[in-house]
Amino acid sequence: MSAGSRLTEDQIAQRAAMEIRDGEVVNVGAGMPFLVSQYVPPGIFAMFHIEHGILGVGKVAGGEQIDPDLLGLGRRPLIPVPGASCFSSAEAFAMLRGGHVDLSVLGAYQVSEEGDLANWIVPGQPSGVGGAMDIVKNVKRLFITMTHTTKKGEPKIVKRCSLPLTGARVVHKIFTDIAVIEVTPKGLVLEEVAPGFTPEEVQAATEPRLIISPELKEISLQS
Amino acid sequence: MNKVFASSREAVADVFDGATILFGGWGLAGNPTNLIRALFEKGVKDIVAISNNPGTIHNGIPYDLATLIREKRVRKFIGSYHGWNQDFIEQWRTGEIEFECSPQGTMAERIRAAGAGIGGFYTTTGADTDLAAGKERKIINGVEHVLELPLPADFAFVKAKRGDPWGNLIYRYTAQNFNSIMAMAGKVTIAEVEELVELGSLDVNHIHTPGIYVQRIVKGEEYERRV
Repeated sequence: MSAGSRLTEDQIAQRAAMEIRDGEVVNVGAGMPFLVSQYVPPGIFAMFHIEHGILGVGKVAGGEQIDPDLLGLGRRPLIPVPGASCFSSAEAFAMLRGGHVDLSVLGAYQVSEEGDLANWIVPGQPSGVGGAMDIVKNVKRLFITMTHTTKKGEPKIVKRCSLPLTGARVVHKIFTDIAVIEVTPKGLVLEEVAPGFTPEEVQAATEPRLIISPELKEISLQS
Repeated sequence: MNKVFASSREAVADVFDGATILFGGWGLAGNPTNLIRALFEKGVKDIVAISNNPGTIHNGIPYDLATLIREKRVRKFIGSYHGWNQDFIEQWRTGEIEFECSPQGTMAERIRAAGAGIGGFYTTTGADTDLAAGKERKIINGVEHVLELPLPADFAFVKAKRGDPWGNLIYRYTAQNFNSIMAMAGKVTIAEVEELVELGSLDVNHIHTPGIYVQRIVKGEEYERRV
């Protein structure tokens, strides 16, 4: 066992949010990716997009702020930011397919060393593609937030995805509970490790060979 | 000309067994709950349901389309996501329900195409995946596309915040979702609204669904607060 401490889901989301550039439009998927919308670094203005028809996701609403017509992912009631807009599902996907969205953050079952993504179907379940296939093709950057391994401890970062693909060569960066990894033409570059984790420990939990960045550092949530 | 129906029951009175029905809503937002309840009480079966997800089950309680699926009234479901509806998953496993999975954006555009008289369209979405199986392929500007066909229906059930007797509709926030495009695509579109207001009292500049698409409108009997 490692002496390191794994990041929580909120911490993974917070780390991913630190990559958002001022002025970007960011689509977020269900689960951990949605949390990214709750951790925009100070001084950064970003418009968050959800596929069911909102641009301008703010904080999760509570108490009297809750409006049953304004829901985010996972039944969470939302508050819109100033400048937000709502629209139809067709419009929401026109924005995505039309290349108007800068960044999307999604979850994954598997990511390959070439950036292939599998996140829509597992054996024995009906498919749950949602908007994933529409999203992955046309956003300028695609981030994945996920646990580094399955509950059984198997690597989710693999040489080749064994599950059916959502898209080939679409992922740019992976944020997990133990590492930050960039997908590059040369291969997967390990840029950051969770506090107390060694690159060897991250490699042991990853199927393809990792290139250790010369600037390798510990994950820090201080921006 | 009168599109206003006195009750949801009367508005769905001619919906037949085996009908293909578009159901607005995404998760718990913007579902035509009163029309679905009326359809449930009428006992309509063998439905081909088109909706983003097969309703919602929360704390064991089925909502919306999930009420019809629990009673096995849906023969085929066309949607993008199983939504972890365990009744649906179980019926899919035993072969009791057929499932056509369509990527969500493609599905939205297929519905819009049905309403807008478009015979089909090419998209890159899913072109390099298993969901491209059986679809016509075409290289456009060097990129592989698949042909997607319209999704028309006998009926569309939609929900809006406000409507007038001609069927002009206004939605609120994320409760619009699929409703405005589904309204275009039903042979008979039935809209339920929280507020039915007088003709001429909606702001002409802020109508989402012009009444041309709506054949029937009814003031929903009951709206429960879900979140």
